[in-house]
Amino acid sequence: MTRRVVITGVGAVTPLGVGARQLFERWAAGESGIEEGLARCVDFDPAELLTRKEQRRTDRFAQLLVFAGEEAINHAGWSDGPPVEPERVATVIGTGIGGIQTIEEQHDVLRESGPGRISPLSIPLMMANAGPAALAMRYGLKGPAHSTVSACAAGADAIGTALRMIRSGDADAAVTGGTEAGITPLAFASFNAMGALSKTGISRPFDARRDGFVMGEGAAVLVLEAADVAEARGATVLGELLGYGASADAFHITAPDPTGGGAARAVKSALADADVTPEDLAYVNAHGTSTPLNDRSETEALKAALGEEVARKLPISSTKSAIGHLLGAAGAVEAVATLLSLGERLAPPTLGWEERDEGLDLDYVPGSARPLENVNGRAVAISNSFGFGGHNAVLVIAA
Amino acid sequence: MPATATQETVEKTIVDAIAKLGPDADQVTRDATFEQLDVDSLDLVEVAQIVEEEFGVVLKGEDMEQLKTVGDAIDLVVSRAS
Repeated sequence: MTRRVVITGVGAVTPLGVGARQLFERWAAGESGIEEGLARCVDFDPAELLTRKEQRRTDRFAQLLVFAGEEAINHAGWSDGPPVEPERVATVIGTGIGGIQTIEEQHDVLRESGPGRISPLSIPLMMANAGPAALAMRYGLKGPAHSTVSACAAGADAIGTALRMIRSGDADAAVTGGTEAGITPLAFASFNAMGALSKTGISRPFDARRDGFVMGEGAAVLVLEAADVAEARGATVLGELLGYGASADAFHITAPDPTGGGAARAVKSALADADVTPEDLAYVNAHGTSTPLNDRSETEALKAALGEEVARKLPISSTKSAIGHLLGAAGAVEAVATLLSLGERLAPPTLGWEERDEGLDLDYVPGSARPLENVNGRAVAISNSFGFGGHNAVLVIAA
Repeated sequence: MPATATQETVEKTIVDAIAKLGPDADQVTRDATFEQLDVDSLDLVEVAQIVEEEFGVVLKGEDMEQLKTVGDAIDLVVSRAS
């Protein structure tokens, strides 16, 4: 029998504030964290938790993660240490880019002052696995630790990987999530050069006027425990991570397969992994980037994977309408948002959705949050994440 | 043109550099060990870069490994500069 995996703690730092509840409550209330076309974590102050030395030794992308990690660890009741041997706790964190702020700063140093002035901390600051390294050291977690790097699917892939580690017996618990701090001149210019960013600076997924995504930053962490571990210690269980499915489009380096075929396979495989049917679902947390291509192919994918009839009945909303696109953190932040939405039996809205686009004819939850239907003892949802490179990752969550 | 490396100028530069790494400035005394100050090899490379920029004294990895206290570092830089 497959070992069940439950969620006992969550934490998030997002453009809607520091804290997972901030994210859910403000999004559900229809508030946006986007200002002047960017979604920054303006309330975030690293000095509130990190010493001067810790701040110097972490890029912003790792700092955001440590805050989300601290919240999740405390939330799970792990403040005095994990409930199992530390060797049995895995740390898996997704990121799309890594410490790009450091890379850019140090490249300036290289050009202006030469190689002899490069900071000896450059590598530990910029390396993509700096996030799990920081968490493992801070909390003494000694099980397997690494980063997943699959662009905007990285956060979801990390959580799925952690799920598999617990199921396979590699670990009894995991600290997992995603983080990104990519609002830098080079990253912004690069996404802009490829035409991915919204020229109007508005994130309105699935709307006919959508014109690209809005860059965001942030992090989220979930504490996962084998159900038997959580039960033995009488932990408060927030929900269950039922399944994970992943696939590759093998179609184009940035454009999604217009048929949504790859994404649909990931959805189907996640549902099969979770042993649930499309009819069991109460909610879909869409990838919904607000780019012309994604929102169309995702709509196709949902119809293909769930069947048109089920897809039309389900409330489908995009967290990115409130916080922009958090890239490698998106999958983790949205998993947290999904979990809290299920817990409150509420589908938060896709902000800004007003004009129907031809063919984009599902229920994207316009206007305001709506109570979930199809709740039978528990509410089940999928959370979609799709990354450049054609990487698709889908999580199935229940609460 | 590098600054003149006297006990006083070197001490000020090194103490200021270490204080920026994390420890409180009043903890950074001549007798304080790098272990006590939680200053590791990566931090010392940064201190060495500052010393080189200020006084033109190049410190290598093997020089740094011998250093135990703030005073050791100050003495080494002063002796190398003279």
